[in-house]
Amino acid sequence: MAERELIHSGVVRTTHWLVAISFVGLLVSGIAILIAHPRFYWGETGTYSTPAWLDLGLNPVYDNTGWGRALHFLSAWVFASSGLVYITAGFVSRHFLSDLFPSKTELRSGAIANVLLLRPLRRGDAAASWRYNVVQKLSYLIVVFALCPAMIWTGLAMSPALSAQYPFLAAVFGGHQSARTVHFIVADLLVLFLVVHLTMLVLVGFGTHVRAMITGYRRSSEGGI
Amino acid sequence: MKRIARRAFLRAGLSTIAGVAGIGGAIYTARHRGLVPPDHSGLFGIGETLTYGAQRLLVSRQTLAREFDRSHISTVAEVNGYPPENDQYLRLVANNFDDWRLTVDGLVARPTSFSLAELQRLPSRSQITLHVCEEGWSFIAEWTGVPLSLLLDLVGASPAARYVVFLPYDDWWGSLDMVDALHDQTLLAYGMNGRDLPTEHGAPLRLRVARQLGYVSIKYLSRITVTDSLAPFGRGLGSAAPEIGYSWYAGI
Repeated sequence: MAERELIHSGVVRTTHWLVAISFVGLLVSGIAILIAHPRFYWGETGTYSTPAWLDLGLNPVYDNTGWGRALHFLSAWVFASSGLVYITAGFVSRHFLSDLFPSKTELRSGAIANVLLLRPLRRGDAAASWRYNVVQKLSYLIVVFALCPAMIWTGLAMSPALSAQYPFLAAVFGGHQSARTVHFIVADLLVLFLVVHLTMLVLVGFGTHVRAMITGYRRSSEGGI
Repeated sequence: MKRIARRAFLRAGLSTIAGVAGIGGAIYTARHRGLVPPDHSGLFGIGETLTYGAQRLLVSRQTLAREFDRSHISTVAEVNGYPPENDQYLRLVANNFDDWRLTVDGLVARPTSFSLAELQRLPSRSQITLHVCEEGWSFIAEWTGVPLSLLLDLVGASPAARYVVFLPYDDWWGSLDMVDALHDQTLLAYGMNGRDLPTEHGAPLRLRVARQLGYVSIKYLSRITVTDSLAPFGRGLGSAAPEIGYSWYAGI
């Protein structure tokens, strides 16, 4: 029996932390940009003098967009390139196929309910925390293949240069302001994911799981080997 | 064991050399092809350079921003900032800009100064485009003016020109590279929504750059200078924007 087992590859670990750091950068700078105009619209245009679809009711703060935008785009470059490496490696190494795509049995509603009712956790099954359960697999897949690409897409759609060259970027949402609104909604979903991700980590053992994502290994004493 | 260590050492050495050479080559090529913005220094400069370089490679010179129908024109056009309050500008306003002139100089064969009427007699272009503020709001308006490329032809801009610098009656000056300066939709606008350009929108003449954010479209123009270097202007960062933390290039 092995003393320890490699569970996170070097690519997964590196890109995980690059994405984590750049996500913090994107979130902080995203808020800095958002509070300069905390109102949302659908369509092409929207200003203080047009009705908003969603008004956050905050007093606008204008003087944080300089560093905010610089940090946002620098972080976005790190985020997007790490994501691209992660996704490419995930397919090439068959990591997605063997670890993330759920099986037919897992997709049965009973199996999903089992996870949602936190039964494995309540059984105190340490080994279970090292296997991705079906809800976890599905949320990772949604984050990786739907939410993150949607963030990058809507972000690029707001660019006046790129939307001139590639008009479909904003057109599929119905215009510049729609892209901005979707960018905000998907950002909220990603923050929700982060909250659940961190909560689950605390519930199953923050230290051991974070250590495994840094070193790549888990010890036999941590269960499941 | 020894052989493996030597092989690993060789491999690490070779990939380091390849990496350094690759980055060096990329920087050289980027400089050579004009893909490095004037505000490229510092940590944020990395992001500025990647964004500017990537957009210059991904967006063709000629592509036009979408032009809308008259029915799409927004009823209210939001404004940021206030008109200049210096005596020089206030005197021009009081005189309905009759004494106003635009100086065009620098790397040009025929330095010229134009009155508003002279500019209005030149061939004009009108376009209904989206104006996006970096804060997040946007509106659609019709802009009428002289294509900058036409004016640059008229004064005989030198082939050595790399930037066009825009100096206004206030402190918010700026510059464009030749890609945006020669773009068909880059206008020196004197009209908005079928009327004279309103004071708060930059009267008597403002720049309109369709493929960048609003703050690049300098208002209250006084002088345009064609140059091959941005170093002599302000702190050498290309515009007033980077001096207070904003990007020189605002294509996103």
